[in-house]
Amino acid sequence: MLFADPLFGLPSWVDAIIRVVIVVMVMTIVVVYLTVGERWVVARFQQRLGPRKTGPGGILQGFADALKLVTKEDIRPTNADRWVFELAPYATFIPVLMTLMVLPFAKDWGVRNLALGLFYVFAILGLNIVGIMMAGLGSGNKYALLGGVRAAAQMISYEIPLVISLLCVVMITGADMGGGVGTLNLNVIAALQEDRPYIVLQPLAFLIFFTAMLSELHRAPFDIPVAESEIVGGYFVEYSGIRWSMFQLTEYASMWGFSVFGSVVFLGGWAWPFGVDAHWTVQLGTTLVKSLAFIIAIMWMRVTVPRLRIDQLMNFSWKVLLELSFVQLIVNGFILLYGWPQELLALTSGIGAVVLIALIIRHSTAKASKGLVGTYRTLGSTPQ
Amino acid sequence: MTVWPEERLVTADDFNTVDMTINVGPQHPATHGVFRMVLTVDGEMVVDCEPYIGYLHRGLEKLTENHDYRQSMGWWDRTDYLAGMACEMAYCMAVEKLGQFEVPERAEYIRVMMVELSRILSHLMFFGAFGADVGSFGTSFIYAWRERERIYDFFEEVSGDRMFPTYFRPGGLQMDLPENYEDRVRWLLGSIRQGLEDFDGLLTGNEIFVERCRGLSPVTQEQAIDWGLSGACLRSTGLPYDIRKVEPYSIYDRLKFDIPVGKTGDIFDRFIVRMAEAWQSTKIIEQCLDQMPKGLVLNPDLPKTLRIESGECYVRTEGTKGEYGVYAMAKGGNKPYRMKLRSPSFCNLSALKQMVVGHYVADAIIILGSLDIVLGEVDK
Repeated sequence: MLFADPLFGLPSWVDAIIRVVIVVMVMTIVVVYLTVGERWVVARFQQRLGPRKTGPGGILQGFADALKLVTKEDIRPTNADRWVFELAPYATFIPVLMTLMVLPFAKDWGVRNLALGLFYVFAILGLNIVGIMMAGLGSGNKYALLGGVRAAAQMISYEIPLVISLLCVVMITGADMGGGVGTLNLNVIAALQEDRPYIVLQPLAFLIFFTAMLSELHRAPFDIPVAESEIVGGYFVEYSGIRWSMFQLTEYASMWGFSVFGSVVFLGGWAWPFGVDAHWTVQLGTTLVKSLAFIIAIMWMRVTVPRLRIDQLMNFSWKVLLELSFVQLIVNGFILLYGWPQELLALTSGIGAVVLIALIIRHSTAKASKGLVGTYRTLGSTPQ
Repeated sequence: MTVWPEERLVTADDFNTVDMTINVGPQHPATHGVFRMVLTVDGEMVVDCEPYIGYLHRGLEKLTENHDYRQSMGWWDRTDYLAGMACEMAYCMAVEKLGQFEVPERAEYIRVMMVELSRILSHLMFFGAFGADVGSFGTSFIYAWRERERIYDFFEEVSGDRMFPTYFRPGGLQMDLPENYEDRVRWLLGSIRQGLEDFDGLLTGNEIFVERCRGLSPVTQEQAIDWGLSGACLRSTGLPYDIRKVEPYSIYDRLKFDIPVGKTGDIFDRFIVRMAEAWQSTKIIEQCLDQMPKGLVLNPDLPKTLRIESGECYVRTEGTKGEYGVYAMAKGGNKPYRMKLRSPSFCNLSALKQMVVGHYVADAIIILGSLDIVLGEVDK
């Protein structure tokens, strides 16, 4: 069925190599445009113009940046652990690249269609942290050390809610396939959402996934490992030139990978709303638009919200997200076990999502201090 | 091959951790200039903090003692370089008090207007930099920039320079306002208010910002007085101590304005007090514009070279960061014998260690930011 036929009837391994090369090339171009795109988006939010000079409208800025980074001197600190330091960027990048190999971009477009695709993605992405720890420990820099340790702590905390929120979806696929335990095949998960995306049934799981995803990507408000104003870039503070750009490549490639992954699992991937039989260009376009929506949301978060503190981050994961994701899992189990209607899934999860949002903004003075009148209300007496 | 002794037990010593020192600054995005602090951290917790200053020392006081009274103006702009006019105000007041020079009425009004504009400038810079410290990726910085650029344009118009206007003179001002300036300042006030409201929406109403700042490093009134804090750091503890009210100078006794005070003295209160203060400044400027008389802006009786016989005085003003005091002493001639600056940033910074110890590294950064230091003033 899906991905069944090798391209042009070539042998399977030749077909695999061609597909890998295509994905890597597309990834590179996507990353180049994400870097410059982020600058445009951020500039828009900050009432500036952003890069406009390189090429018409600044479209070549990404390539100019890449060229500059490649030609820069590659500096290694004298007290760095040589091999650990030099191999860390690759150890970070390769897992992300391997993740992209199972993502279905359209019905027939992807490198390999694994039966355990979803499991594979998390098994491989977990290795990412090894490279980050290597960079943190091998740089011989205290900021880098702090960044690496922070990244490890954060990754371990958020992996659990992330995986459980995805399991919630996997449970529902079982019901959609007419009984059974569901599927971990990403292509099948996408195809099952032909009528409605799973975000409708599982808004809470989606919120948990999105939050944990931000944390895994070290994006605001969870950019604690790379906090510029505290530890000046964290684990990659000592890197320069091509090795530093490897970290940037990793960051943006994983952002894109996660966005495609999230749109496959929650937003219906290539299947919704045009159906599994739509032309492949339509399906590719659907995936692209959905992943772009994710990416813009991530950038929006970055320019708007400040950074959490490490203990607040941990509390949020272990005391809020983990509990809610387990509750979601158990409720889903009951509903699916007794074969109750799927509207109930949407209802319970919707209530959970409201609870989560209420928990997030429970201390907020947003209402109290909107406008400067509110600012005064939070103050003490104002004697004349 | 390592042989473990039979009786070897795991003891608490095996889990001992070592404190680590982190050098923050002088080139660090969060130190707002060339300030350096060495943090001793136990994991993420700060157990000790050693501030180092002096990287921007230019010998302001000695320079002033070696220059003519009017020549020194430019040096004083560069103390609190985010609000040059407020420093000029204190210096000019000291010289005028020393030589008993009269200042025309109109000049006083223009001075107060300019000082309040500088206060807004400085507070905007605080909101921007503080937002960046808390981690809003420069958005708050750029928000601050929009209004600051507009105010700087107005400064440039009257004096020819943006950051270091050197607009005040002992005995008045360099020149009168340009044509139509007052009306345009009214327009500027609208723009500033819009900018302050934008900040209020971006930061004050933000859940994460509130979570980070509320209840962090609270300072009691007694502590604040003991440590010599002044300005917003002192008022955030609930003490309505503002020299513009306590000991009114210039024309502040004719203007109506409130002194915003906080409740707990935490970081959030310091922020919110400054927000309200900037709003009050717009009211002061409006009143200045309403009441401003016509007339001269520079005392015409002053000689070409100012000579002051002898005497000494201490002038204190409410600078943008706190009590900005100038001690001046003359022993004849065209130069002061001694000049001394009591800079609020320096005194506020001296409490850093007490505030920072026992907090997270991330909090240490924003505690430093909340003191709103400017290194030109700390290092003089």
